[in-house]
Amino acid sequence: MSLETTKTAAVEAAGLCRRYGRRWALVEVSFRIEPGRAVMIAGRNGSGKSTLLRLLATAIRPDHGTAHLLGRDVRRHREAVRGHVALLGHYSYLYETFSALENLQVVGRFLGKDTRREALLPLLAEVTLAERADDPVSTFSAGMRKRLALARTLLQDASVVLLDEPYGELDPPGFRLVDRLFGTLRARGMTIVMATHLIDRGAALCDDGLVLEQGRLIWSGPARDLPGAGVLDPATLPEGVA
Amino acid sequence: MDAHQRAGFLDEGNAGRGFVFVGIGVALLLVGSYIGLFKAPAEAFMGEVYRILYVHVPTAWNTMLAFTWAFACALTYLIKGAWKWDSRHEAALEVGVVLAGLVCIQGSIWAKPTWGVWWDWDPRLTTTAVMFFGFAGILALRKFVDDPQKRAVWSAVATIITYVDVPIVYFSVRWWNSLHQIQSSPNTVSAPFLIPLRTNAFGVLFLWIGLTLLRSRVAAMRLKSELAPPLPEPAVAPGYAPEVAR
Amino acid sequence: MRHLKAALYKEALLQWRGRAQLIAVLVFGATALLLFSFAVGPNSELLRPIAPGFLWLALLLSSTLTLAESYQAEMEHKALEGQLLLPAGHGALYLGKALANWLQLVVLGAALVPIMVVLYDAALPRPLALLGVIALGSAGLSAPGTLYAAMTHQARSRQTLLPLLLFPLVVPVLIAAVKATSLLMLGDPMGQVRAWVVLLIGFDAIHWSLCGLLFGRVVED
Repeated sequence: MSLETTKTAAVEAAGLCRRYGRRWALVEVSFRIEPGRAVMIAGRNGSGKSTLLRLLATAIRPDHGTAHLLGRDVRRHREAVRGHVALLGHYSYLYETFSALENLQVVGRFLGKDTRREALLPLLAEVTLAERADDPVSTFSAGMRKRLALARTLLQDASVVLLDEPYGELDPPGFRLVDRLFGTLRARGMTIVMATHLIDRGAALCDDGLVLEQGRLIWSGPARDLPGAGVLDPATLPEGVA
Repeated sequence: MDAHQRAGFLDEGNAGRGFVFVGIGVALLLVGSYIGLFKAPAEAFMGEVYRILYVHVPTAWNTMLAFTWAFACALTYLIKGAWKWDSRHEAALEVGVVLAGLVCIQGSIWAKPTWGVWWDWDPRLTTTAVMFFGFAGILALRKFVDDPQKRAVWSAVATIITYVDVPIVYFSVRWWNSLHQIQSSPNTVSAPFLIPLRTNAFGVLFLWIGLTLLRSRVAAMRLKSELAPPLPEPAVAPGYAPEVAR
Repeated sequence: MRHLKAALYKEALLQWRGRAQLIAVLVFGATALLLFSFAVGPNSELLRPIAPGFLWLALLLSSTLTLAESYQAEMEHKALEGQLLLPAGHGALYLGKALANWLQLVVLGAALVPIMVVLYDAALPRPLALLGVIALGSAGLSAPGTLYAAMTHQARSRQTLLPLLLFPLVVPVLIAAVKATSLLMLGDPMGQVRAWVVLLIGFDAIHWSLCGLLFGRVVED
């Protein structure tokens, strides 16, 4: 890819640093992602993957460095960034006492989308929750909550989608669901950044890869090269994945 | 400027200055109090009891000053975000709370021999008591929040709201109490001798400045120990060569 | 405007789903009124003039429960952060929650009035005006309460911290509301109610705007 690209990068990070108390969770992280690309972020627990995604989503602020999403600064133009980014994070952002449908309706109302039942049921059907549309989230299993959170993310229809461990808490049919939705997003031209422990799966779906270790970016390159790059300690990978 | 100062931390090197202020303050207070207790004549109506106002009024003035300084620090922190204002804010709150407590104690010492009750709901004194509890609550908030960033922002917000509330509290207590006769407080007595009053006023002022300086240092030191060094250490990971993801 | 409507919809739904909790707080408030009377003695002559004070104390104590509860649903799965990231405007989120809390307190206050009338043999010559005072006083509790509850819910010792911060701040509300209620119930020969109502309105105006402006700083990182 040409380095003299003149179109705005989807994500551009320069020297990002973020601390939590005494510990630096991210140190001098710099990278650039072109629009429409799918990037996977790998690394051990505590390497800073979630922090990085939360930072790009403007949930938290960087202590040093800058990041731009679609040309907008995460520090100074948070609202503008948020309009174009969706985060599927560790927290599901759901209300326990609301039904699946109602949770989506709340989001839809903020975004000015069609929140009628007929409009949202197809979305729930896509994540196989249509039969549970009116059940309160408090009755859901962890996997179902994850699927609802996925639906919530899709509803936002954002240009940049950040997925933090989307396969977590899901069963094999759930894995295939995520793969399918991943493909749908790519087909729509969204930029996707996915943090995952499932190295092989991620490498098959994504174009590029980044590896974080103790908050620093220690490797970047094509995603297919990531499993064999030797930067991930095999002992730390989940069983049956490396 | 070292890395810490660039990050906006308070410069630590001024303990000496703080102690000098405290020293001057104590000296002035000793002089002023001596004159007030032994040299000044008895007051026309109150007799000897009025002498407490030689400490009470200066303390009251400085309490307002301390909380106004706290408000200024809080506002500056929210606007500028430099850590040194948070340290100063913490110090201002603490010294202000101590002074407010002293004012209430002094007021009670006045009230008991004068009116036979410990507390007479004087508007200014009552407002000071509300300030004491209000700002002490913010100190408690600071104790119970672990994240330094949140602690700084939240306590600054709370100080601003509480400070803006002070005049409202004063007026509401005054109207509330105006249905009964206005009891005279030490503030409403006129001092026959102004020198001890002025001396003590400066005494408490210097004491306040000195204590605030010292306490700001302590707050800054604690903050530095809580946060990682402002800039992370250089990379030691082997083979570290960041490439741009293309 | 769209954000405000969305926030109000969310709050209304949360309130409706959590209505059992409101009933429980009402029982708490009523119990408090009962206990206050035990502190004074079974003497209607003594109880009647201080009934307004007890009403507002009961409401104040109940408010710490409802205000804290209003953030329970938001913090369980960080739903509040989820909304901020949509993006949803800070002002709309604050206004939605403060209005919801205000409504809860008005309902509580109104529900406690008959209990007060019964226990303390209080008279109610101007019930609508009393409702107005309850509305104004509740607004004074709700505005700073919603802001502080957002902070304290994430802090340690949260149950102690909220009343600790809120009570000194709302002293003017307590004074003005009790005085106004007292004048409405026991007679107002010199027409002083207006002054206290003006004080309440002033407090409400200042705090709704100030707390609304500062809400963003409190909930954002």
